[in-house]
Amino acid sequence: MATTAEQLKCKECGRSYPLAALFVCDFCFGPLEVAYDYGKIRRRATKDRIALGPPSLWRYADFLPVENKPSVDLQAGFTPLIKADRLAAKLGLKKVWVKNDTANPTHSFKDRVVSVALQRALELGFEVVACASTGNLANSVAAHAAASGTEAFVFVPANLEIQKIIATAVYGVNVVKVRGNYDDVNRLCTEIASEKKWAFVNVNVRPYYAEGSKTLAYETAEQLGWRAPDKVVVPVASGSLLTKIHKGFWELGEVGLIRRKAPVVYGAQAEGCGPVAAAFKEGLEHVKPCKPDTIAKSLAIGNPADGVFALEVARATGGVIESVTEQEIVDGIKLLAETTGIFTETAGGVTTAVLAKLAAAGRIYRDEEVVLFITGDGLKTLDAVAGTLETFEIDPNFSQFEEEVLENVVKST
Amino acid sequence: MSVKIRIPSQLRNLTGGEGMVETDAGTVGRIIMELENLHPGIAERLLDGGEVRRFINIYVDGDDIRFDKGLDTSVADGSEISIVPAVAGG
Repeated sequence: MATTAEQLKCKECGRSYPLAALFVCDFCFGPLEVAYDYGKIRRRATKDRIALGPPSLWRYADFLPVENKPSVDLQAGFTPLIKADRLAAKLGLKKVWVKNDTANPTHSFKDRVVSVALQRALELGFEVVACASTGNLANSVAAHAAASGTEAFVFVPANLEIQKIIATAVYGVNVVKVRGNYDDVNRLCTEIASEKKWAFVNVNVRPYYAEGSKTLAYETAEQLGWRAPDKVVVPVASGSLLTKIHKGFWELGEVGLIRRKAPVVYGAQAEGCGPVAAAFKEGLEHVKPCKPDTIAKSLAIGNPADGVFALEVARATGGVIESVTEQEIVDGIKLLAETTGIFTETAGGVTTAVLAKLAAAGRIYRDEEVVLFITGDGLKTLDAVAGTLETFEIDPNFSQFEEEVLENVVKST
Repeated sequence: MSVKIRIPSQLRNLTGGEGMVETDAGTVGRIIMELENLHPGIAERLLDGGEVRRFINIYVDGDDIRFDKGLDTSVADGSEISIVPAVAGG
């Protein structure tokens, strides 16, 4: 399986580079992105061939920058797309779908990007993988490294949720807690990447890593019967996921698998870390970094590398980058759980709350089809809702059950 | 005493492979001009139209100069400057 990828290209100045472990343009420091031979993909990737592929993101290998599918991996991707009628009704809409990416091997969409990054890193001859992470990526890198027998170093902010640290360390990798926020961890890793011959999945192999996110768009289109929805709502941390979901739909149009019609792309941020939403509101073309202060730690990137590109996509498609309060995040988590049976981490609370806000503002018409991307599992951020839920506690005694439980549950009596 | 500047791998072809360069204290802008005298060509790579290029972050002792006074941020003796590509993370 020769790759359909042709070269790396600077998104800022257009200079070309070979398909090596490069991530920024040597000249202007702009980010490098993989460029493909779409004629080759068009000839190869038919609907039949995709349908015969594995029930994982590797069914779209023709669209990914790797020479081969991995011989051992965790089969990430091909997660459920669920029609969320009760959520839709609550928001005054008719067609809402939830792409439930909590159903990945380590319970977040990061398994997609890590699958691609690790495979490419091994193809490029690296023997050690590493990452800077707000948690989900740490879990995924650790699990994939363990499955493939690759040594790994995982760097996280020291104040990260304990669940995410345990769910990384359990895989037997080197976990380094850095006393600082994510942006500090990221800066340290970028400096280490200059000194060590390690594959930092989200630093020096980032162009390959980021491509993994496109598979969310491919799956959504395939699961809808090979078409794009009218609108999508995507959480924004670095901004990479949003731009790659947009690229994924665009590519499907380019190779003739769906009609050429990019969905309107909405971005979701927390007010406590909403530099891209702020830039959108102010009509700026650059993103002013901020110091994050939000319960949505997986979105807490104050200096988002792809923020400017997320802004461009939202503006070009007629979308918006919106932000929500901490209370709205918690309400969003509960709304999604109570209407769909999906328990999301704080990032999904942000995404759901932004959908609710857009619907309330009349930005989404009743008949429009919207896909909500839920990218991580609620069990990772239990603290966010822990103090806000009520339960009953009684002795094993029937009359107590009647008096203290049934009396208070009007609906089911 | 002087200021230490960590040079990212992308710029080391201009510093003869050196990952660390020392200059006198001053503002970030003056230090970049001094770097340019030592290693011609480096200023063009860091600045565009008199501003830091948008995909470059400059930190003084770990703090992003955008949170301070940008190129006018003063750098004291013994401080360390990091020049880091913005393209990472997420």
